[in-house]
Amino acid sequence: MNKLIVSPSPHDDNYVKTSKIMLNVIIALIPALCVGCYFFGWRVISLTSVCVASCMIFEYLCRRIMKRSNTITDLSAVVTGVILAMNLPVTLPYWMAVIGCFVAIVVVKQLFGGLGQNFANPAITARIVLMVSFPSAMTHWIKPLEYQYDAVSSATPLALESSGADSLPSYLDLLLGKVGGCLGETCALALLAGGLYLAARKIISLAAPISFIGSLALLTAVSGGDPIYHILAGGVFLGAFFMATDYATTPITTKGKIVFGLGCGIITFVIRRFGSYPEGVSFSILIMNVLTPYIEQLTRTKVFGAKEAVKNEG
Amino acid sequence: MNKLNGIRLKHRKNTENSHTEVFPIPKKVKIPMSMTMGAPCTPLVKIGDEVKVGQKIGDSEAAFSAPIHSGVSGKVTAISDYRTAMGAVCKALEIETDGLQTLSEDIRPPEISDKESFIKAVRESGVCGLGGAGFPTHIKLNPKTPIDTLIINGAECEPYITADYREMIENSDDVIGGIKLVKTQLGIKNAKLAIEANKPEAIKKFTEMADNDDTIDIITLPSSYPQGAEKVIIYNSTGRIVKEGELPSDEGVIVLNVSTVAFIYRYVKTGMPLVSRRLTIDGNAVKEPKNVSTVIGTSFRELLEFCKTDLDSLKKVVAGGPMMGMSVPDIDMPVVKTSNALLAFDSYDNRSTSACIRCGRCVRVCPLGLMPADIDKAYKIKNIEELKTLKVTLCMNCGSCTYVCPANRKLAETNQLAKALIPRK
Repeated sequence: MNKLIVSPSPHDDNYVKTSKIMLNVIIALIPALCVGCYFFGWRVISLTSVCVASCMIFEYLCRRIMKRSNTITDLSAVVTGVILAMNLPVTLPYWMAVIGCFVAIVVVKQLFGGLGQNFANPAITARIVLMVSFPSAMTHWIKPLEYQYDAVSSATPLALESSGADSLPSYLDLLLGKVGGCLGETCALALLAGGLYLAARKIISLAAPISFIGSLALLTAVSGGDPIYHILAGGVFLGAFFMATDYATTPITTKGKIVFGLGCGIITFVIRRFGSYPEGVSFSILIMNVLTPYIEQLTRTKVFGAKEAVKNEG
Repeated sequence: MNKLNGIRLKHRKNTENSHTEVFPIPKKVKIPMSMTMGAPCTPLVKIGDEVKVGQKIGDSEAAFSAPIHSGVSGKVTAISDYRTAMGAVCKALEIETDGLQTLSEDIRPPEISDKESFIKAVRESGVCGLGGAGFPTHIKLNPKTPIDTLIINGAECEPYITADYREMIENSDDVIGGIKLVKTQLGIKNAKLAIEANKPEAIKKFTEMADNDDTIDIITLPSSYPQGAEKVIIYNSTGRIVKEGELPSDEGVIVLNVSTVAFIYRYVKTGMPLVSRRLTIDGNAVKEPKNVSTVIGTSFRELLEFCKTDLDSLKKVVAGGPMMGMSVPDIDMPVVKTSNALLAFDSYDNRSTSACIRCGRCVRVCPLGLMPADIDKAYKIKNIEELKTLKVTLCMNCGSCTYVCPANRKLAETNQLAKALIPRK
């Protein structure tokens, strides 16, 4: 007879693995990528592939150099690659995208300890670094369905609105993504579908997306803006469903997630209303990422039957 | 009333319709002198002594203990050191059976005149919590505070196990009789029999039986693990919260397992102490899963063979349920008072542990609202103050956090290790 394995209970598990969760996130991103492809052409595929490949290579090399276990198979680097690509304009030169991947994987993720340890969302941080480093390349938008990568820059819906343009894109165009913008952020409908898929699979909680989108809509309405236009335009859905729900950089409890979403909504509104920078969603998420440890301290669960701890500090 | 967290497990109650089979008296039994919580017993017999069925063979001076009786007639052949599944070392009696099953002259129904004599009789029966925890029942029945509600735990929330369910179906009169007996003897006003929703037949049966008695409520618990945990079942059947550092009796409640209460009823009627029990034998290495009633001291090996288990394929054997049971190092260990299941598997989880991704699943499932992910972090840096704030001492080791962890982190185990870091008052 074999030797019996003795281990602490439980002796069963539900077989949900990290890689399965990541795979589901990738599945949820596919609709928005497909729509991006339809409106912006083949370069969506090649740019996304470059991002995914370089994220995986950076992850592998980094772990190798740091003499840590290989974590390619958990698919988290793939997710980062896809989300980063979706945050880029389709015309961005490949080498710039590779720099973005380096920032995301090496600087933000691995230098802080790898999966689960990073304090900020890798894709958001990389987008902001690229934005600051290459402002013109990062704001070169093409007209949907024209596939003219060398054409003169078009404008995003938010830029059109703040410049006081006469004809703004219709709600339908915003829902379908037939507007200028990053290659994966324009189609609110596809992003919503992906977000709802993840919620249905119980991979994300809708607490943060709802409080994010809700508070932004409310504040916009109160300030006299068009709330529907503002939540459909400019990457709110991509940020709310896929980046404000990132496990490592947002609070664990539902209370914390609601606070996080509210913060994102408020900061996005403030930047859009009063700021001159077009990066409301990215900055709001990054700022809230940094605040997450404090939110967590204040939003812990209430332990069943626990008595108040006697504070004896110092 | 807030809903407590819980998880939906695959019930795997393969044996729910298997009528209890009586296992023949084995040639040899091995009876450890420590089978319940509390002090171990001292053997009352010597090597070479003849023993009879029901004869007391071990007892302790300590109040927090329960005596041990023989379930067989035969001769004591050895008294050896024995390591229990918990890791404690005690003496164990080996008895070679003669197959005659001669009854001891001491067996007669106990004389019960008042509460004290009832509690004394319960101690003499050797009974402890038969649901697996093994708390000596007579201690529970004698609380310092007044009790107004008796909760009978028929949740049986662990997968596979159907031993309590079969008790409820096969011996429902004993269950109701036991509830009435304990209620009357201790002067408790109300009783609540709480059963998980996945046992509709038992719920129907008892609802009918208790129809004309408005002091016995039948409560349907949701099918989510861990309904049978004491604090959870008390909250879900009475709304009362057993606070940190409190006993159920501080909230006016006593919780007894359904098989325990039925046993007490039979003991008071017949005087036969706890010498045998029913256990569920299942697991993917067991070809014929069964409910078996057998004398305490029967070896796991014989029971597994009885259920057509391929012993060569065994990788893991668990005494108890898959969530809270103990994996045992060898199958020559005996059935003890708390053995409610014996599960044999031909595989085990050998996935490696990876980094916490902070998905929060452990927090969402913890029935007590603990934060295992944060406890894991605080344990790693041995931050005792933080562990205290996180209330790790309240963890009851239900295993839900480890069960759902996608990174395969052994969170429940870490909680137990973390508890040990906190100095006791």
